[in-house]
Amino acid sequence: MSLKSVNFANLLVYSMIQTDICIVGAGPVGLFAVFEAGLLKMRCHLVDALPQVGGQLSEIYPKKPIYDIPGYPEILAGDLITNLMKQIEPFKPTFTLGERVDSFVRNEDGTMLITTNQGTKILCKVLVIAAGLGCFEPRKPEVKDLEKFEGKGISYMILDPEKYRGKRVVLAGGGDSALDWAIHLSDICGELSLVHRSETFRGAPDSAAKVFELAKNGKINLLLNSNITAVSGNGHLESVTITNNQQESTQLFVDNFIPLFGLTPKLGPIAHWGLNIDKNAIVVNVEDYSTNIPAVYAIGDINTYPGKLKLILCGFHEAALMAQSAFRYVYPDQKLSFKYTTVNGVNAF
Amino acid sequence: MKDLIEITIIGTDGKSNTLQIPTGISLSLMEVLKAEGYPILATCGGMALCATCHVQVIKGYEKLHQPEDQEWAMLDTLPNYTPQSRLSCQLKIDESMNGMEFRVMGEDNV
Repeated sequence: MSLKSVNFANLLVYSMIQTDICIVGAGPVGLFAVFEAGLLKMRCHLVDALPQVGGQLSEIYPKKPIYDIPGYPEILAGDLITNLMKQIEPFKPTFTLGERVDSFVRNEDGTMLITTNQGTKILCKVLVIAAGLGCFEPRKPEVKDLEKFEGKGISYMILDPEKYRGKRVVLAGGGDSALDWAIHLSDICGELSLVHRSETFRGAPDSAAKVFELAKNGKINLLLNSNITAVSGNGHLESVTITNNQQESTQLFVDNFIPLFGLTPKLGPIAHWGLNIDKNAIVVNVEDYSTNIPAVYAIGDINTYPGKLKLILCGFHEAALMAQSAFRYVYPDQKLSFKYTTVNGVNAF
Repeated sequence: MKDLIEITIIGTDGKSNTLQIPTGISLSLMEVLKAEGYPILATCGGMALCATCHVQVIKGYEKLHQPEDQEWAMLDTLPNYTPQSRLSCQLKIDESMNGMEFRVMGEDNV
């Protein structure tokens, strides 16, 4: 087949995800929005920066009980997400997980094209931002020039441990993820150091004991009561400076530096989409939780309005009103009639 | 028993401000800081699970109760930890805090 016979315009359409509503954020409110949209025959695609659904509930506190979900005197956060996934199953939502929405383009016909940081494209009629406090990104230590070497020796996540085989690697951090990776990488790296600001680890005691044992056997170079205070290199990272509590500094020549200090939420690229933003929250109209951009809604913790309460149950209410309003963008020629599920049931797609 | 106590807060801009706070209404320092408009995210809502309400105790650290395991675990994830670091959500406002001073270490995105 010659290249000439390929219709690139068609290829683009085929590789694109097409949906009625694109929901940014797969936390409880984003998930429930699928249900409310589904009752009105609108299909949803969800995008989330985390590799699993549930947002904060899955990432931060899956085992914590929640007491203010109507109808549940007490429910574990993780169980609420499991139940929501079951509740929206009839409406066959699709997901793009582990990707962050990056750009937003309005087409002439009013549809919107959303592109993620991995290049996934989603064409939608309505965009619903249910992104909570934003996307969870790695917490970065305050070290000068850190950004200069990102992707050039410095990374904040370990996606493929094999990348570090035989390399000189320094990890920083004292939490569970720093301990777990130190143990895992000790057999892979050529030279592995773990820098921790204290002399004790408060992660899982078993992991801490294992790390001390590996250090004793010379498999890990354990640098306690120390911090990384500088990074240097020429194009690629070449060394890090480690300073201990006595303010004594040493230079360590390394191929990779991986700070592992957990995750922190950031608003991310959404902040630059032209939405009205007040103190990291999107300003909405309380009639339908629409934003200043047509066919773009914001529900849940990410929005703000007079009297706003950051509660899951308020987000559920916002999802219901949003769906009633979004209907006109998905079915501009149809008249919306409100129906109870007790009368109409839940009609699966 | 005091009804109002005074606490001094140094914001991320370096400005110092003394707040009068009522005791006995079960507020945490995190809730006070949020209400006063300081850049505190408090993602987890006060469960010591996210470390976004980090403060440094400038004056009166010894008056506070020791952190519990969960708070220690989160403090360990902070790259800008100091030996006087605490999570403000774990500090309940009471009269013993009168005259204390805190620096807000909130993250730069707020």
